[in-house]
Amino acid sequence: MIFKEDTIAATATAPGEGGIGIIRISGPEAFSILEKVFIPMRKKMSTACAADKSDLPAAECIENRRMTYGHIVDPQSSKVIDEVMAVRMQAPHTYTAENVAEIQCHGSMVSLRNTLALVLRNGARLAEPGEFTKRAFLNGRLDLSQAEAVIDLIKAKTDTGFDSAMAQLSGDLSLKIREIRSVLLTLLGDITVNIEYPDEDIEEMTYDKLTKSLSQIGDMIDILLSTAQTGKIIKEGLRVSIIGKPNVGKSSLMNALLRENRAIVTEIPGTTRDIIEETLNVRGIPICLTDTAGIRDTEDKIERIGIEKSRESLSAADLIILVLDGSTPLSMEDYEITEAVQGKPVIVLINKEDLGVRIDSTKIRGMLPQAQIVTTAVAQGEGLKELEDIIEDFVYGGTVKHANSLLITNVRHRDLLEKSKSSIDDALSAAHMGEPLDIVEIDAKEAYELLGQIIGESVAGDIIDNVFSRFCLGK
Amino acid sequence: MVFMDEYDVIVVGAGHAGCEAGLAAARMGKKTLILSINLESVAQLFCNPSVGGTGKGHLVREIDALGGEMGINIDKTFIQSKMLNTAKGPAVHSLRAQADKVQYHTEMKRTLERQENLDLKQGEVIDILTDDTGKVSGVLTRTNTFYKAKAVIIATGTFLRGKIFIGETAFESGPNGLSPSVDLADRLREKGLPLRRFKTGTPARALGSSLDYTKMTEQKGSEKIVPFSFLNDNLEKEQISCYLTYTNEETHRVIRQNFHRSALFGGLIEGIGPRYCPSIEDKINRFADKERHQLFIEPEGLSTDEVYIQGMSSSLPEDVQLEFYKTIQGLENLKIVRPAYAIEYDCIDSLDLKLNLENRQIENLFCAGQFNGSSGYEEAAAQGLMAGINAVLKIDGKEPFILDRSEAYIGVLIDDLITKGTNEPYRIMTSRAEYRLVLRQDNADLRLTQKGYDLGLVDENRYRRYLEKMKHVEAELARLRNKTVSPEEVNDFLAAVGTSPIRARTSLAELLKRPQVTYESISQIDDDTRPVLTEHEIAQIEVQIKYEGYIAKQLAQIERFKKLENKALPQTLDYSKVEGLRIEAMQKLNACKPLSVGQASRISGVSPADINVLLIYLEKKRRGERE
Repeated sequence: MIFKEDTIAATATAPGEGGIGIIRISGPEAFSILEKVFIPMRKKMSTACAADKSDLPAAECIENRRMTYGHIVDPQSSKVIDEVMAVRMQAPHTYTAENVAEIQCHGSMVSLRNTLALVLRNGARLAEPGEFTKRAFLNGRLDLSQAEAVIDLIKAKTDTGFDSAMAQLSGDLSLKIREIRSVLLTLLGDITVNIEYPDEDIEEMTYDKLTKSLSQIGDMIDILLSTAQTGKIIKEGLRVSIIGKPNVGKSSLMNALLRENRAIVTEIPGTTRDIIEETLNVRGIPICLTDTAGIRDTEDKIERIGIEKSRESLSAADLIILVLDGSTPLSMEDYEITEAVQGKPVIVLINKEDLGVRIDSTKIRGMLPQAQIVTTAVAQGEGLKELEDIIEDFVYGGTVKHANSLLITNVRHRDLLEKSKSSIDDALSAAHMGEPLDIVEIDAKEAYELLGQIIGESVAGDIIDNVFSRFCLGK
Repeated sequence: MVFMDEYDVIVVGAGHAGCEAGLAAARMGKKTLILSINLESVAQLFCNPSVGGTGKGHLVREIDALGGEMGINIDKTFIQSKMLNTAKGPAVHSLRAQADKVQYHTEMKRTLERQENLDLKQGEVIDILTDDTGKVSGVLTRTNTFYKAKAVIIATGTFLRGKIFIGETAFESGPNGLSPSVDLADRLREKGLPLRRFKTGTPARALGSSLDYTKMTEQKGSEKIVPFSFLNDNLEKEQISCYLTYTNEETHRVIRQNFHRSALFGGLIEGIGPRYCPSIEDKINRFADKERHQLFIEPEGLSTDEVYIQGMSSSLPEDVQLEFYKTIQGLENLKIVRPAYAIEYDCIDSLDLKLNLENRQIENLFCAGQFNGSSGYEEAAAQGLMAGINAVLKIDGKEPFILDRSEAYIGVLIDDLITKGTNEPYRIMTSRAEYRLVLRQDNADLRLTQKGYDLGLVDENRYRRYLEKMKHVEAELARLRNKTVSPEEVNDFLAAVGTSPIRARTSLAELLKRPQVTYESISQIDDDTRPVLTEHEIAQIEVQIKYEGYIAKQLAQIERFKKLENKALPQTLDYSKVEGLRIEAMQKLNACKPLSVGQASRISGVSPADINVLLIYLEKKRRGERE
C-alpha cells in the first residue's frame, strides 16, 4: 500500500550521467537507515557534537542540516559503494515535514543505483512518483494549488491503469511470479487448513514438509533474483578490476581487450599512476574495465594516491582479474595481492606464458579455491579468447542458470523480491527453531503479499478460497 | 392495531443474537422486550450441539469479556470441553465445548427471565413501524398488537421466510419444524431492504441406543477443563464422549445413485450455501476421489438419547438418508429421530448496514446474526451483543461502539460483513484476522473488559477480577524479568527438561522463553516470592513472555494500521464532489459512507490511488475550514 506512513526513498535528481545524483529518504526510519549505510569520514570527531558520548551512532555524528563527508558502505559485505556527502534534516522543517536524509552520490549512475538499492534493502520502500510531494502536502508543507498537481499525477497514473513498474513487468516475469506464488499459496492453504480444522481428516503439516516447501520457494525466488544480477550487468555494465604488481602486463591486457593503445605501457614499474577506466563490449556484455596502479608500498606520493584508489576500485568490482607474471616465481607482493582478493570473484591470469611458466598453479588454487585460472601471453594475444569465455560464463552461466531471457532489471521488482526472500528466510528459521505453525505462517504470508505487490495482487481471500477448493471440510 | 406497551429497545428473535442483544440493552438500563415466534426457540442450538472452535471460541471469549452471556451459559451447560490446536501457537488455541442443548436453552431462558428491565414474550412480529421521518417507531405482531419502540433489532435467524428441503419435498418452515416468519419478510422487502436468499443445512438426529459405539473411535474431552468465561477459574464435571466413524465406498455409491433426488442438485434450492458446511452429497460430488469422509457422533444432551451426526448434513429424501447412514460402520441399525434437511431463508445484504449494525435506510433499525448473512451461533451472538450496545448508544445520542480489526475478532467479523460484504453465509476464521497474535482468546478480557465496563455492561465483580488479573500479571512479569538465577542454581534443572545450560546469570523470563521451559516447571528453581496465580493469569504470563518478539512486531503493525483508522471521514461527504476519484470508487464510497480512511481502503473497488485522492481532499478541506 502506498499510503502507509512508512519510509520511502528515491533518486531525487534527473537520471543521466551527471556529476552528482541525490538520493532522498523520508519517513520515520530515515535516520536509522542512513546510519546503517553511511559511515562519516570523521566519526571520531563526533565527540565534538556530544562530548560525553564516545559511542555515538553514526547518524548522530551528522549534525542536523550540515553536509557530512563519508562513505556508503554495505553493512553486510562491508563493501564501499561510493564516496558521498550526506545530510540529515530533522522533522518538521523539511520538504515532506518528515525526517529526511539525503545522500549526494559522487560516483556514476551505477553507484547511485547501488546506493539506492542498499537504502531499500535496509528498510526503505521505493517512493511512488509524486509521493514526496504528496507527503509534503498532507503534512501541510505546500499550498493548495500544488495539491492539484499531485492529484493530476495520481490520476495520470490511475488512468494508465498501472504504475510504471507494472508496465515494465514482462509476461515472463509475471508468469514466474505467479508460479512462485501458487506454490506458496498451496503451502499457505495447507497451513491454514491445519490451523482452522484441527479435527478434520487431512494430512498433517509436518516441520519436514514445511521446511522443504519453504526452501523450495526460497530457491525459486533466488533463481529469479540471480537474474537481477545479470539484468543489472546487462543494464549497467560489469565492473571488472584488473590488479597485479607493476609490470606484469595489466595495461597490455587492457589494451588488448580494448584493441587500442590507451594506457601508457612502459617497462618501468609504476607507470600506471592513476586509475584508468574504459568501457567496452565483450560479446555484447558492457564492461567497465578499471586498470589499477597495483598495490605496493611506495614512497612516491602520487603513486600512493593511485594505490589507495586501486583498493577502492577493488571493493567495488563485480569481477577481478588478477594478473601474475608467469615467468617469475610468486613474490611477496603477489602473495599480498592474492590475499587482498580472497573471497571475491577472481580470474587469475598467469601471463607471459611465452617466457616460460615458473608459477605453480596448484599453489594459487590453494589460496583462491574459487578462482578460474587462465594461462596467457597477452602481448601475443594468447589466451584472450579463453578469458572472454570465462567473463561471458560469469555473467550468464555458472550457478546463474536461466533458460529464457527473463531478467529482473527494475529496482522495485528487485526490492520486492529481496524482501520476499528475506521473509521466506525468516519463516524458514522460525520453522527450524520449532516455532508453531501459526508463527511460521506470519512471515510466509508476508512473502506472499510482497510477491503479489510485484504483479499488483493482494492476499485478500486467496488463502481461504484455496482451502475450500482443495479440502473437503465442514460439519 | 392495539397499543400494548412502550419500550426503548425491541428485539425480534430470541436466538443467540437476540438473547445477547436483549440482555445488553437491558443491562445498559434500557426497557427492553424480546419477541420470539415461539419461546421454545430461545437460544436453541438448531444445528450442532457445540459452542466454540477455531475463531468461534475467540468470539465467545470476547463476548464474555464485554459482559455478554454466551460464555457463562456454555460453562453452565457443557458436557464435554476441548482445547483445540494445543500443539500450535497460543494465538490459535481454540476452546470448544459440547453443549447439552436442552439445558443450554433452559439456562439462557432463565437468565432472560431474571434480567431486570427485560421482558420476554411469545409473539410473531409481522411489521416494523416507522414514523414520518422514516425512523423506527415500533413493531406490529400477528395478533395485531402494537409495541412502541425507540429502536428495533432484527435477529430472525433462519426463520425469515424459512423453507425446508428434504429430497423432493419443500415446505415453508422455520428451523426444526417451527413456524417461519413470512409476512415480516414481505414488509421488509416493501420497505426497500435488499433481501436475498442464503441456505444452510443440518444432518439427521439418530437414537443413540441404535448405534454400535464399539465399532467407532471414542473422542474424549480434554483432561483439564478450561472454562469459557473469565468469571470461572476451575470447573469440574464428568465429561461425555463423542465417537468417530467414517463413510465408505458403499455410502458414496448410495448417495451418488440418488444425486438426482437431492434438493440441492434438483435445482429446488436457490439460496447460496456456505462452503464451510457442505452437505454430504456436495462433498462427494466435489471431492469425488476422496475415499472416505469422517463423521462424529455427538450427544445432544443428558436428558435425551438423540445424537447429532456431525459431517453428514443432507437434503436427500428420508429413505435415501436412512439407506446411506446405515452403510456406515456402527450405524448399521441406526434409527432416525429427525431427518436431515436443508433450509433456505431471507437475509439482508450486509453492505446495507453501517459499522454500528444500523440499517442505512431505516434509522434506529439494527440488525444481527444470520439475518446479516453470517453463519454460526458465535458469530450471531457477537453481532447481537454489538447491535444491543449500539441501539442503546443511538437512543442516548452517544457515539457508536465500534471495535476495529486490531481490537477484536468481533471487529474483524463486523468489518468484513459491512465493508467487504459476503456472498455466502460468513464464518469467522483465525486467518481472517490480520493481527492474530494479539487477538488471542487468552487475553480477550485484557483487550475488552475495560470497554465493557465503560459501557455499563460489565458488573463490578467481573471488573474487579479483571483489575486483579491485570495487576497480578504485570507484577509477575516484572518479577520474572528482574529475578536472575546463576548457572549453579539452574543448570541441573535445564538439563532435566532437555535444554542447554546457561553460562551467566539469567533472568527467569529469559529461561521461560525456551520452548522446553514452562511457568509451572520453573517453580523448581524459583524462590518463595513466587505468587499463587490462577490458570488464566499463568496462561497470560507464559504467552506474553514466550512470544514477546512476535507480539511486539504485530503491535508495531497495529500502530501503523491505526493511523488510517483514526482519519475520520465525514458521514455527510458527497464523494461525487471529490475531484480525482474514479467512478467505481466514487459510487462504492457513496454507498458505504465509510467512517475512516482505513475502512475506505478495504472497500472492494477503491484503489490505493483513490485513497490518496481522499487524503488530499481531506487536507484541502481542513485548510479550507481553517481559513
